[in-house]
This record gives sequence, structure tokens and C-alpha cells, in this order.
Amino acid sequence: MKQRDTLDTRAAKGVPGRTVDMMINIGPQHPATHGVFRMVLTVDGERVIDAVPHIGYLHRGSEKLCEYEDYAQIITLFDRLDYVANFNNELVLVMAVEKLMGLEVPERAAYIRMLMCELNRITSHLLFIGTFALDTGAITPVLYNFRDRERIQALFESVSGARMMHNYFRVGGVKEDLPDQFNERLESALSEIEDGVDEVDRLLSTNEIFLERTKGVARIDGVSALDWGLSGPCLRASGVPYDVRTEEPYLLYERVDFGVPVGSQGDCWDRYYTRVLEVKESIRIVRQIMCQMAPGEVQTKTRRIVRPPQGEVYAHAENPRGDFGVYIVSKGNDSPYRLKVRPPSYCNLQALPQLVVGHYLADAIVVLGTLDIVLGEVDR
Amino acid sequence: MSLTWLERKTLARIQQRVGPSVVGPHGLLQPMADVLKLVTKEDVIPAAADRVLFWVAPVVVVVPAFMLWIVIPFASGLSVRTLELGLLYLIAVSGIGTVGLLMAGWTAASKYSLLGGFRAAAHLVSYEIPIIFVILSVGVLVQSLDLGHVISGHTVEVGGQILRMPDQNFVPFAAIMPLGLIVFFLAGLAEIGRTPFDIHHAESEVVGGPFVEYSGAHWAAFFLAEYMNTFLIAVLTVLLFFGGWSWPSPPTSWFGTDVPEWAVRTMGAAWFMFKAYLVTFAIFWIRGTYPRLRIDQLMAFGWQTLIPLSFVNLIIVAVVVYYHWPTWSMTLISLPFILLLWRIIGRRSRGIDAVSTVKLMDKSELEVTTLSDDLLVADPSGAATQNTEAR
Repeated sequence: MKQRDTLDTRAAKGVPGRTVDMMINIGPQHPATHGVFRMVLTVDGERVIDAVPHIGYLHRGSEKLCEYEDYAQIITLFDRLDYVANFNNELVLVMAVEKLMGLEVPERAAYIRMLMCELNRITSHLLFIGTFALDTGAITPVLYNFRDRERIQALFESVSGARMMHNYFRVGGVKEDLPDQFNERLESALSEIEDGVDEVDRLLSTNEIFLERTKGVARIDGVSALDWGLSGPCLRASGVPYDVRTEEPYLLYERVDFGVPVGSQGDCWDRYYTRVLEVKESIRIVRQIMCQMAPGEVQTKTRRIVRPPQGEVYAHAENPRGDFGVYIVSKGNDSPYRLKVRPPSYCNLQALPQLVVGHYLADAIVVLGTLDIVLGEVDR
Repeated sequence: MSLTWLERKTLARIQQRVGPSVVGPHGLLQPMADVLKLVTKEDVIPAAADRVLFWVAPVVVVVPAFMLWIVIPFASGLSVRTLELGLLYLIAVSGIGTVGLLMAGWTAASKYSLLGGFRAAAHLVSYEIPIIFVILSVGVLVQSLDLGHVISGHTVEVGGQILRMPDQNFVPFAAIMPLGLIVFFLAGLAEIGRTPFDIHHAESEVVGGPFVEYSGAHWAAFFLAEYMNTFLIAVLTVLLFFGGWSWPSPPTSWFGTDVPEWAVRTMGAAWFMFKAYLVTFAIFWIRGTYPRLRIDQLMAFGWQTLIPLSFVNLIIVAVVVYYHWPTWSMTLISLPFILLLWRIIGRRSRGIDAVSTVKLMDKSELEVTTLSDDLLVADPSGAATQNTEAR
């Protein structure tokens, strides 16, 4: 049997023992990395010295595919980018094309789009809260949040036919009007979701163990956050009150009243709690939309295959994960010449080494959770 | 085995699921199915693992778990072996399992399990100390190390005086030594490696920790040991603090006729088991509710909070017994320390506003800040200025 090279044999040979830093590979198969993501951490005992994120495991060539598909087909591709916040992705694409064409959508369509986007924000944040709780060790909130998500997804199914990949927004409006009794079903779902969110909030937000795990962990200040390109709740938690819905209002966000949670510490708890408050604000927006919405048309007449004029356009919106943008170069054909996506998760992920280095291994998982990345967006 | 079913059903109901319900009525045969599956699985041993130690590690963990049950009395005199040094035996044998976990972490030749093994060894050893001190306090209170005497009391001669040491027929030690109960329960949770102290096999991080490379029967052995330890801590909590088979003690006469010995013992044992299952249910409930502590926080909590409190508890008990003060004085003296513990771990009681650092700013308060002018590059297509049309 081959003699193993142990510390004893090395000592016998005169090679001095030494401590080495350990390289730990987290992922791509891992329960806590929120998708196929690989993080190579170099740890000294329990402290992280270096963190190198490896992405690309979910790269599907979406941007290239867009060059061969017409704009109606591209909507389905965008559904699958940030597969948790589908409506928000669709919205940015159709906004970009409409901006390029100078198209106006009917008011009812704008309201419906806003409604769907805010409901999707609720589902996305509920998913975040649940999986984040799971990262810290609380195994129950995720199931409560998924129960609430199901209520909204049932509504999505009644509207668009699918719980997740909706393909509902169109250039010029939405595909069809809301079904009957939508308002009643929505109101009952909302009240139950409010109770559910309160329940999870009470369970987690002031829990001593949760506070110990998240308060003061991976603090990042506003200036650094901007330097690293963070956006969305991660940026707002660091004290920078930047929300695309208020800075450059799109759709009809000027007509609704809502608050924007802004943190002060920039630690994991702030990033978590801004999202909890955003759920409550989204519920508020949805209720206002339901009051303000009036019957009307839902789609502006366009060519069946949309052909925007030659030109370039950039459009962005406030996704649940941050500032999602799309840059389209059009040569006047049915398909774009080049389409580039600015995914918030990709940009937020760049800050991971900055946040994680110097903290414990267990914190690395918690920080990755608070960045709330979706690999479909990161890798496209 | 019934414990695995109980845990899965409890967790499922807390999480609004059903839990095992297919195998047998209400899933009661699920543990059978699990055992059969695990035992017939292929035993995978990693190529770089030390074969002998890899195989031995589960044994070192399981055998002490079984050995501890020898001294537990389920009713008066109803234990496998009545040792006069019962409490000491418990303390001694419970330390052996730690070695097994460390062995498992090291020999599995995987960084994850190594990390898990380190964490497990460190935290198990640290939390032995509060348990030992609380058990000693109970021993001091009863002036005996015999587990039977903990419940039914006994008389002892101290300095020429015949004293009747407290029994738990009417007042459980939970009322006399509440601090001891809290410390014992928390340290016991840490000893068995349960949430909130289950960092060493935290699924979301080291995916199983020292157990990650084990499959089949070996893995089953580890989890058998964990469940036995869980039930043991529950049983000990009931035995030491909630009167065991007493409080009230089973009736020895029933409307004038004497109840036979075996019936008294059976009723006592049944009552004991019922209380033990209630505590076990509480342990599962805690698992479903709380997040887990990080290893350094866990160690800090053990060394900086639980160990000093266990010292304090021992001193209180010793002083009260030495000066023959009445037992309710012990409760009184413990109360400030319980309040201190609450102050340390009770941030939630002060409400979300005391804790929150996030402010909800109204839309009108957010102006277009100077960020846009300095840091954002002017939009080349001029599209950013077209923001008032409805899209």
C-alpha cells in the first residue's frame, strides 16, 4: 500500500509543516447559491480571504438569439431572463421598442402593465424573503411565502395563461384584457398576502438569532455601493434613495402614491428589510391602481410583425432586483441588429468579493442571499 | 423511530404541509420504509478516506447514545441498571460522541466535512460545560447522584441533622431552579446539534458537514444517534426538572384498594413518556421556527452567557442547601439572572422600531438628486427626457 504523505512523513523527511489557506468551492451544485453559480472562497479557518465568483453555467445565448427572432418572439426570451420577475423584463423590452417607434399605449394597458409589474415585484420579494430565511436556517418562512406566491400566480394564470412565463405584454399594449372578477379575486388575495407578510415579518425581522446573523454583516456605504454599480434594494439599503420609478417615472407611476424604503446601515438586515417594506408598498400601489383603472382599449394597433425604424434606444425600469436596462440597435428590420441587456443581478454580483472578504464563511452565504441574484439574468 | 415520524409530521404541519402520509395510515410506517431504504443502500466510501476510521466513526457516535439509556429510570426502580452514580455516568458518557463526530469529519477526506467536523467538535465540547454544571446543581440539591433520588427524594444525614431532600412529587425542580432549567435546555439543544445550534450540519452551507460523505447504513447510524440524543435530552429535562414519573406520582390506592406495583410503575412510565414527548415536540417546534446561529456566535453564547449562568446556578443551589434556606428562596434569587438572560437575548421584545434602521421615504421626498448630474452620463439618444408620455 502506498504510504500516504501525512504530516508525520513530511516531518520525517524534514519538510516543515505549514498551515495553508483552504480553497472551498461552493457550487455550482449547492442548496444555497440560488441557481447554478460557483463561488470559490479562500478561507483561513473560518474567515474568507478571497472570493472569486464564476458564472456562465446558465448562459443560453439569449442576446444572440434575439438577433434572429422578431420582437414578439423576443418577449418570450425576456420572460426567461430574470425568471422570477417576468413581467418586469417584458416591460422593459416593450418600452424600448415603443420608445424607438414613438408609440403610445392606451391608458388601461399602462395600468394593467403597472399592476402586473407590481404584483410580480411582490412575488419576487416573497421568494427572496423565503430563500433568505432558508439561508440563515429558518426553514418555515419559505413555505409560507410560497403559499402567498401561489395566490398571485393563480391570478397571473387567469390573466395570461401561465404562472410564470407569461408572454403577455405586447408592443403597443397587452395581449388581452383582464378576465372577469379579477378585481374581487385580487382583493382577497391581497388581504391574505398582507397577513402572510406580516406573519413572516413578525417571525423573522426582530428575531434575536436573525438579527445576530444579519445586523452589521457586510456593510457597504452609499459611495462604495455606487462605485460598484449596485442598484435596486441593495443600493437603497446603503442610503442612496435612487428608484427609477421616482427618478424617471415610466408607465403611470406619477399618478400613484408610494413610499420608497431607504436604509442607513447598508448591512444584510437593511437589504432584507427594504424588500419587506417594498412588498407592503407594492400592495399599496396595486390597490390604488385598482381604484384608478377605467375600462378601455388594451392595445394600440400595430403591424403584426413589429418593425421599428432604424435607430438606437435605451430603456430601463425598476426591477425587483435593481435597474434593468435594454439597449437596442435596430436597422429597420423585424429583428434587432444587436440587443444588449443590463441585468441588475450581474452588476450587483460584482460587489460580492468586496462584501464577503473579511467575514465568516457562514456570512458569505447570507451575503449572497441578500444580493438576491437570479442566474438567468446574470448569465443570459 | 417514532421520533422521525413525529419530527417530520410536526415540521410539516408547522410549514403548512402534510408530511408523510402515503406509507401506512398517516404515514406511520414511514420510519420503517426509511430504515429499509437506508440499510439496503450501497455503502460508498471515498477513495481517499481512511477506511477503518471511516467505518468506526458512526459506531463511536451511536454506542454512547445507547449506553446513556442504561441509567434512565422510567418509573421508580424501572431502569436497566440503577447506578448510584447515575448523574456522573451521564456526564461522562455523553462526552464520547464528540470524538466520533470529529473522526467522521476528518476521515471523510472532504473539505466540507472537515469544516463541519471542526465546528461540531468545538461547539459540542463547549456546551458540555453548562450541562455538567446544571447536572451537578441537581446533584447538590438532592445530595445524591442517583437518578431515582432526583425524583423521589431521600433522607440524608448532614452534620448530625436528618434532612429530607426535596422530591418532585408536588414541586418540580423547574419551579425551584428555573435558571437551571433554561440553561440545561439551551445547552442540551446545542449538545444534540439542533437548530438554532445546528451549524455543523447546516444544509445551506456545508451541506451535511461531517456526514456529507456517508451513505446508507452509516448515515442512518448518525441520525439514529441524533434522534436518540434528542429524546435523551427531552427525557433528562423531564427527569431533572419536571418530576419524571411523579408530579403527581401515580396513585398507589384506588378507591380504597391497593393498586398493584406493576400498574403503578406502568402509569408512572406512561406519564413520564407523555411529558418527554411534549418536550420533544417543543424541540421540533424550535427547529421549525428559528434560524441558526453562526459558529462564533454560538461559541460566544456558550462561553460568555451559558457557562457563567450555570456557575451562578450552582452557587445559588450550594448556598441555599448549605444554609438550609427554604427552596422558594432559590427561585427568588434566580429571577434577576433570568431577567439578565432575557435582556441579552430578547431584542425582539423591544419591537421593530427599536431595531429598524430602514426608513420609509415618501415619493415626494425623493428628488432627482445631484447623482444624475455628476455621475450619470448624458443619455446619447436623448430618450431619458421623454419620460412623461404614458408607455
